[in-house]
Amino acid sequence: MKGYNFAYLDEQTKRMIRRGLLKAVAIPGHQVPFGSREMPLPYGWGTGGIQVTASILGPNDVLKVIDQGADDTTNAVSIRRFFAKTAGVKTTTETGEATVIQTRHRIPEKALRADQIIVYQVPQPEPLFRLEPSRVETRRMHGLADYGLMHVKLYEDIARYGQISISYDYPVMVNERYLMSPSPIPAFDNPKMDMMPALQLFGAGREKRIYAIPPWTRVKSLDFEDHPFRAINAPHACGLCGATDSYLDEVVTDDRGGRLFVCSDTDHCASRRAEGHVGADGLREAAE
Amino acid sequence: MSDEPTLISARGLNLTFGAIAALADVQMDLWPGEMLAIVGESGSGKTTLLNVLSGRLAPDAGTVWYRDPAGHLHDVHAMPAPALRTLHRSDWGFVHQDPRQNLRMTVSAGGNVGERLMAQGARHYGDIRAAALDWLAQVEIDANRIDDLPRTFSGGMQQRLQIARTLVTHPRLVFMDEPTGGLDVSVQARLLDLIRSLVARLRIAVVLVTHDIAVARLLAHRIAVMQRGRIVETGLTDQVLDDPQHPYTQLLVSSVLNA
Amino acid sequence: MLQTIGLAKTFTLHLRGGLTMPVLSDIDLTVNAGECVVLSGPSGAGKSTLLRSLYGNYRAAAGQILVRHRGRMVDIASADPRAILDVRHETLGYVSQFLRVVPRVSALDVAAEPLVIRGVGQDEARDRARALLLQLNIPARLHGIPPATFSGGEQQRVNLARGFIAGHPILLLDEPTASLDADNRAVVIGMVRDAKARGTAIVAICHDADVRDAIADRLFTMTPYQDAVASAA
Repeated sequence: MKGYNFAYLDEQTKRMIRRGLLKAVAIPGHQVPFGSREMPLPYGWGTGGIQVTASILGPNDVLKVIDQGADDTTNAVSIRRFFAKTAGVKTTTETGEATVIQTRHRIPEKALRADQIIVYQVPQPEPLFRLEPSRVETRRMHGLADYGLMHVKLYEDIARYGQISISYDYPVMVNERYLMSPSPIPAFDNPKMDMMPALQLFGAGREKRIYAIPPWTRVKSLDFEDHPFRAINAPHACGLCGATDSYLDEVVTDDRGGRLFVCSDTDHCASRRAEGHVGADGLREAAE
Repeated sequence: MSDEPTLISARGLNLTFGAIAALADVQMDLWPGEMLAIVGESGSGKTTLLNVLSGRLAPDAGTVWYRDPAGHLHDVHAMPAPALRTLHRSDWGFVHQDPRQNLRMTVSAGGNVGERLMAQGARHYGDIRAAALDWLAQVEIDANRIDDLPRTFSGGMQQRLQIARTLVTHPRLVFMDEPTGGLDVSVQARLLDLIRSLVARLRIAVVLVTHDIAVARLLAHRIAVMQRGRIVETGLTDQVLDDPQHPYTQLLVSSVLNA
Repeated sequence: MLQTIGLAKTFTLHLRGGLTMPVLSDIDLTVNAGECVVLSGPSGAGKSTLLRSLYGNYRAAAGQILVRHRGRMVDIASADPRAILDVRHETLGYVSQFLRVVPRVSALDVAAEPLVIRGVGQDEARDRARALLLQLNIPARLHGIPPATFSGGEQQRVNLARGFIAGHPILLLDEPTASLDADNRAVVIGMVRDAKARGTAIVAICHDADVRDAIADRLFTMTPYQDAVASAA
């Protein structure tokens, strides 16, 4: 595209971000400040994720972009088109075909490989954000691995609700050292992060932070010995493909209380249907 | 008798705030299991001394030595920040005059008491809750308040909660800054009784700062009297209070109203 | 057991412009195990001052106060505070003239405290305290109550229980029977005799002639400092 550098950002900016990424990879889970640039979309729309993707994209990469698991939402489509225009890279909706996956708030159901990179869009990188208002204090807590406060919050949940009530952005310990916010992915997705063969990169544009989990790193969701972490999903099967082990979206189908549970990961659902799996509502569709 | 090593010692402490001498050539020793009261009027430097001893404020000159459970001496102001922070959460405690400075007001009583345990790595919810219940009982807070917020507690209860929160990790040394200040007389009596029995039973060493001589007489083995940054007299509590030698001590003792 | 050599005590009243008040001068007192020495003399002679100095409650101006403690002689006049505390816990007991009231602590626990400090279990200490309080005619229904509301005589009996309970080898008694009736005076005399029989050395101040005669093995007569100076001149 004329007038723009490959993947929109200038090379110096990409170098700066890559330096930050290297530091982040060297200290798994540690937040590295970076000089977040003004991007052609507002804060809160994925500027951090886009800058990270722009810095690592090469001409031979294949890019997939998902938003809450779907390739076809407005934001996913816009970002995919953005990189198609500014980098000319091949784009895909198939998880297995991609080399770089930019995601908002979900990890694909299909296990990722060592030759893939997943880039998360992060609104609030600080896991202690709601518990400790002082940033000076949270930096000290990270520096000293002083995370008692986070466990106090979990204790309070159990005391008040009988169980830990965090359903998304569930805090994790990375490499047994840093407390990290995994971004607002459902708690159901947390186990996928543990010992993932792919490189995981996190970009927060508004807060100007980058962090990373190198491949094959231990990521453990916080819990208590007698209240262990459980990955919970809705007790339904996907109406379209019949999957019972994927994260489901609940879709309102009419104004008479009609509901449909479908896989949040659109590629996963489509692949299963292509293989011949049919869910209860898929049958009904076919019959109509 | 004096062969037993001290728990904390200070030598040559000096600190000025501009032209004001907050501490002038202060030295002290404290042995395990004993309570030392530091008394004086406003501006005597007693709170400054407490802050210097506990590492919260650096002196211009002088050293504070602390002996850890393994018997090794540490220069408190030369310790790295993480080590001092860990110390404050394990082997040391600090009871503030205002309990709200030490409590998390948006966290339940049980969470407040359990925090130090969790910070040290306790990961069993049932055990943590049991320890919290045990300590609430020891400070005479009703067990069914364990999930209540400290906001709903009276001042005396908040102070007792602060003490439970501080003692849960069995510190060997506790710094107390006017722990009964601002409380009603009956509440004060209850708190003093609690401190007295806990300290005796758990063999905790305490540095207690107070302007109230009666509190010092009730609780402390030894007493140090401060005036304008200097310790003017120190010794056995009953001896210093019944047979004061220094003019300022005599003034202080004679000024106290007896109920 | 207990010996003073050249003990002297002077009070300096800085609030009165440094007025000095000498009270004790050149006191040589020896007390052996199993004997009771009663300090006698007129008011102002310094009996109370001497007793408090022996306990370390007053600081001696000169001289030595030697106490047999854990097999060695310790000089109270020059010992450091922690040493004095150890002597008080183990060896040297003191029954003051008036009970110092601590809020909220029951009479039973006031009496039991010296044993608890020594490391005796709380239940056992309370049992012994209970027995002693009953011996001193404090009925069981009062044991659980803090003594603040007790009469002077009852308070003093709690004080006596506290003083006698640990069986200190040396006891200092300041007017032990002053506020007691005849029956309780007899009880105290009995307790003193039992203590002496166990080898306790006792120094007491006692104005009641009958009690003095019953417990004293000898008298240590003191005269007010001014008179002593005057008569020496």
